[in-house]
Amino acid sequence: MARTPVLTFTENGIYCPAGDFYIDPWRPVDRALITHGHADHARSGMGSYLATHAALPVMRHRLGEIRAEGIAFGEGRRIGGAEVSFHPAGHVPGSAQIRVAVGGEVWVASGDYKLVDDGFTEPFAPVKCHHFITESTFGLPVFRWAPQRDVAAQINHWWATCAAAGKTAFLGAYALGKAQRLLSMLDPQIGPILTHGALEATNAVLRDQGLTLPATVHATAELNPKDHPGAIVVSPPSALGSKWARRFGPQESAFASGWMALRGVRRRRAGDRGFVISDHADWSGLLTAIKDTGAENIYVTHGYTDVFTRYLNENGWQAQVIPTQFEGEALESGEAT
Amino acid sequence: MKRFAALFNTIDQSTRTNVKVAALADYFSDATDADRLWTIALFSGRRPRRAVTTTRLREWAAEEADIPLWLFEDSYAIVGDLAETIALVLPPNPSSDNRSLTHWITELRGLAEVAEPQRKAFVLAAWAALGGTERFLFNKLITGGFRVGISQKLMTRALARATGMPETELAHRLMGNWHPDDTTWHALIEAADASADASRPYPFYLAYGLEDGPESLGDPDHWRAEWKWDGIRGQLILRDGDYYVWSRGEELMTDRFPELARTIDHLPPGTVLDGELLVWLPGSDTPASFNALQARIGRKTVPKKLLAEAPVVLHAYDLLEWQGEDIRHHPFATRRALLEEACADLPADAPLRLSPQIPFGSWADLATHRAAARDAQAEGLMLKRADSPYLAGRKKGDWWKWKLDPLTIDAVMIYAQSGSGRRANLFTDFTFAVWNGNDLVPFTKAYSGLTDAEFRQITAWVRKNTLERFGPVRKVTPHHVFEIAFEGIQPSPRHKSGVALRFPRMKRWRQDKPLQEANTLDDLNEMLRQYG
Repeated sequence: MARTPVLTFTENGIYCPAGDFYIDPWRPVDRALITHGHADHARSGMGSYLATHAALPVMRHRLGEIRAEGIAFGEGRRIGGAEVSFHPAGHVPGSAQIRVAVGGEVWVASGDYKLVDDGFTEPFAPVKCHHFITESTFGLPVFRWAPQRDVAAQINHWWATCAAAGKTAFLGAYALGKAQRLLSMLDPQIGPILTHGALEATNAVLRDQGLTLPATVHATAELNPKDHPGAIVVSPPSALGSKWARRFGPQESAFASGWMALRGVRRRRAGDRGFVISDHADWSGLLTAIKDTGAENIYVTHGYTDVFTRYLNENGWQAQVIPTQFEGEALESGEAT
Repeated sequence: MKRFAALFNTIDQSTRTNVKVAALADYFSDATDADRLWTIALFSGRRPRRAVTTTRLREWAAEEADIPLWLFEDSYAIVGDLAETIALVLPPNPSSDNRSLTHWITELRGLAEVAEPQRKAFVLAAWAALGGTERFLFNKLITGGFRVGISQKLMTRALARATGMPETELAHRLMGNWHPDDTTWHALIEAADASADASRPYPFYLAYGLEDGPESLGDPDHWRAEWKWDGIRGQLILRDGDYYVWSRGEELMTDRFPELARTIDHLPPGTVLDGELLVWLPGSDTPASFNALQARIGRKTVPKKLLAEAPVVLHAYDLLEWQGEDIRHHPFATRRALLEEACADLPADAPLRLSPQIPFGSWADLATHRAAARDAQAEGLMLKRADSPYLAGRKKGDWWKWKLDPLTIDAVMIYAQSGSGRRANLFTDFTFAVWNGNDLVPFTKAYSGLTDAEFRQITAWVRKNTLERFGPVRKVTPHHVFEIAFEGIQPSPRHKSGVALRFPRMKRWRQDKPLQEANTLDDLNEMLRQYG
């Protein structure tokens, strides 16, 4: 008789019958294990939350009063009939792949991940398993990320050029993860680093938990731009070109995202520059991650799911598309990245 | 290639006109003659003769990238640009190359003479040597189509800045049938006699749409009105005993309209007319629909049968050159009087007719004429100021198109497909249906008309409401009603609904409208009966 799978895919989200819990559910449930704090993975309304210690502060900041418990990376825990542990996913600080084992069968739900060590987030750690649940946000061979130091050099060069021309450089990025990674890539020698309020709040949470970020100045309504010549302003994309931004006078704007690899998308964004950098794995990153798990069964939850799944099936894996409500790297709206 | 790639990046990255013009002007000031001639050619849609087929390019790129061909094709469908897809799937290469644009073009041209294995070796070596933008541009030299946001207007402005010559003269010099293989920078831009090429057209003057009524245009006495035809804008050139037909897209279409050869018998050499190419059957009061014309445009050589079934007649509305003299600076009223004189004695079966002017006393009077445009198979009216010169390009003020309001129907979205290129990560291509009893019958697709914010909203909705997937197409829950606007409706046996729409687009997302209140197939058939 066929056993019940360790993890199943329900209309509430990914469910573990043996432990009676969900992973990153999109509807209110009693018990939720959360891979990371982005809005499409950590939603409000759950009876209780379990996430890594490093992921919790941001979740509390965003979700308000929640019943939540922290767990260390690598720490084993028994929930009902399931053995559970959390392992670094390299996506944003605190982000985890969740390993679930029942009777010797191992599943890993990876949430969002990247393999590149950004020098900032706990680096991705491959976890051996039989069944691997993966994203495929950038699951096409046209997405290949350049080394982070090359992108950092491009951004700093652009900033220095703006500063030399008497312009303020506006760099758009999402408030949790990408923004702090970009901050850590900036060269403070070039000039002052200012931040939008939406981002500074997340910075404060992350600094409190011990992450090192360069010195930033919160660009409040009272701040006089003239006091900060040659500045770069890191802000949410929605603030680019806003009234708040315009008072800085002559400026250029740039947007940092994996989507900037595509010329058409870059042009639609209509900023001055697009930098190709993402907290999701590129084509080769996805394939490496999948190979390293040793898993034969792959479940593709979001992104270019059809194309990526077909490729996996043609190359020896048993892969299938699992429709979910995860969003991957949003280009325009929301906080999901 | 490095210099050209730097120019391309500056232009491509910026949305500011002055930045683009400055970058181009700098380039035109100091690039070699050969490079700047090719740059003008490439940015105006000319390219070296294709030395490698795109089929081979795809195969070689997939092979080099170590991916199956279908995956390359799927990626191409999402990226939307072959040259870019190839540049992206190949292993990244940060290197840069000092050989000039002209060098690469010359090498590519040489490929026509060598066998395929050598061609392949050359292309693979180029891909390995060129990184980033340079690799993309190399591919563009083969595939063509530099869509870089450089209009003819920007190019002439930059050239004017670099050479000190007037923009209008440069605009005229850049028109027509030239190719870098047969000319030089000096001959094209600087030489005294720029009219050596008998086929060279004048830049078209383009009208803006009139958003509100014409009352803001002032005294109606200063204006002339004509039908705005639903055909193809064309320029007919009669010079040196020959005739040439140019489309507004600057395509030489002479061979597609052999019936216009007879115009040589009716008008003297040294005549250039601006008008509308229309299929117009003998004895008919109105032109045939655009569909009939489409059958003609599609054929490079026209079979006799089609020539008889769909005869094209040029309806002339302006005279640009008369007795060998450029008269574009004369007032429209003067040019029009000359045109009417020239066309006075045309026989009834001539492939050329005067496009009539519509007399009117007041704007209210003109509005009545506009309301009758559909009966005349016209899209609306053109308004031209009587004292206006014939300008180059799209300029506000003297010419306006006052189109009819489109036809509209409320329809249900049933399929969605993601876009490509600029819209690679959004669902933008939708199929719409109307009710037939309890069934939804698809009748049109539409891609445009929503704001970016609306596309994002519908994209999020599609992700959560997919019923079935067929490759890139998703069947979605019938729920959303959209008002579809279109310019015309025709019977079409190829479509399940039996109709084909002209220029359908989404006018409004009717979030207020319940699903059951969308229109029906009967409504659509009634529109077909009335307007088809």
